[in-house]
Amino acid sequence: MNIVNILEEIEKVDGEIYERLNPRRAAMKSFFNIGKKISLAAMPLALGSMFQKAYGQTTPTAVIEVLNFALALEYLEFHYYNHALLAAPNLVFPNAASKAAITTIRDHEAAHVNLLKGALGASARAEITYAMTDFTVNGAFPVYDDYATFLAVAQGFEDTGVRAYKGQAGNLMVSPGVLQTALQIHSVEARHAAHIRQMRTTQAAGAATYKPWVSLGASGQANDSGVAALDAVYAGEDLTLQANINIVGINGKTGIDKKAAVECFDEALDKASVVAIANLFLKTGNKLS
Amino acid sequence: MKNNELETQNELQDESLFKARLGRRSFLQFAGAGAAGIALVAAGCRKDRIMDVPSGSGVTLDFKDDFGVLNYAYALEQLEAAFYILVASNPPSAFSAAEKAYFQDIQFHEIAHREFFKNALGSAAIANLEVDFSSITFSDRTSVLTTAKAFEDLGVAAYNGAGGRIKTPAYLLLAGKIVSVEARHAAYIRDLISNGTFADLNDLAALGSNNANGLDGALTPDKVLGIAGKYVKTKINVINL
Repeated sequence: MNIVNILEEIEKVDGEIYERLNPRRAAMKSFFNIGKKISLAAMPLALGSMFQKAYGQTTPTAVIEVLNFALALEYLEFHYYNHALLAAPNLVFPNAASKAAITTIRDHEAAHVNLLKGALGASARAEITYAMTDFTVNGAFPVYDDYATFLAVAQGFEDTGVRAYKGQAGNLMVSPGVLQTALQIHSVEARHAAHIRQMRTTQAAGAATYKPWVSLGASGQANDSGVAALDAVYAGEDLTLQANINIVGINGKTGIDKKAAVECFDEALDKASVVAIANLFLKTGNKLS
Repeated sequence: MKNNELETQNELQDESLFKARLGRRSFLQFAGAGAAGIALVAAGCRKDRIMDVPSGSGVTLDFKDDFGVLNYAYALEQLEAAFYILVASNPPSAFSAAEKAYFQDIQFHEIAHREFFKNALGSAAIANLEVDFSSITFSDRTSVLTTAKAFEDLGVAAYNGAGGRIKTPAYLLLAGKIVSVEARHAAYIRDLISNGTFADLNDLAALGSNNANGLDGALTPDKVLGIAGKYVKTKINVINL
């Protein structure tokens, strides 16, 4: 990580970055002094707090709201996988590769939590702990007793995450640097979703196939997960009109049927819909608003 | 997929058009489009007046506004579509039936992206790019997968790195709708090469990823075009970046 590059990047969108930093030279000085002592892994936190100091109250409220919303979702995802790995004795991973994949995903979600917390600094929302969650939704989903159910809900989480970040991108346009970071998280979530879908196909052992991309359901419905309880996650994913351009058979390309048109564009989900999904997994008293 | 053969034929015809020399007539079309809003660099015009120019005068991506960013995406989607059309129409013999089917899917996704940008840009669209796939052995599974991985990972980094340049919320949303599909492609292809590498962020460091922060790649257009350059014959001029 090259701090000079980062400052240059910021300068492009905020020509006054150095002036902002300058009157608070103490903040910079202490940052660089700390820098000598901290490990690279701790850098995002340190960077986040430096920018917090430099920008003070100027980070737009809308951006803070988006980041806190993202942080809540990342907490949920992190706990979902972390509990599966550490404290779910009845959940049997079929092989080392499946456990390794879930570990990779868990680690990314933990990194996202830390990054967002660091960027938000004192504005970060309260921590969501595992105790505040109920991933079984009152026992409806035996996620920690049944591997297939665990993967199905994981797919729901990842595909929801992809849609949630997409839905918030417009609110981050005022802060291009933050927007880019959010986009970099967004595509990682899409990679996770693709892999979980492949894991489900492997687990189904020929009984069902889940494409790495969001396709049409077997009966032509928007939800291609095979789990009706996840309908809300896929509501509107069957859109085939993009910017008023019909993708089906576009420019005489007859091979692009409805299924292909649905697959080639992922759809965003608005905050209220994402909150409704997330709240299924949060206990009363801890729900998002 | 019943129309696929026809589709492929159409595409191969398109392909031969790509490779056709940019003659005087198409230059005039290009220049005509210029009057409608594309900035042609002077060097490009001058070059075209010289006889026996090998392959056109190039295209210009002018990043002064959203059309530049959309044309940049259009250029990358042209490359990806051209690659997958060749793979899907004649896949490596080592591909399984499932792999053939998914590469067929990816082909249609990329064609749809390309055609979408073409229509969205209208008269502001850049010309068709002439590709150079001489470094790829299309009969070899490894060569095809390695190239597909390179294209998809680069595509993700390109969209991630360009999002902040987009000024129109609707276009940003559309780029977001496409980039996550590219990321899904990337994950699938990476898993084909080595299962579990779907989001190997250490491996993507050259594209701007950061494993400690759980961040995917992000690159500026000049860097992306530098990497993509080996697959393009058409000169791509970049201004106002």
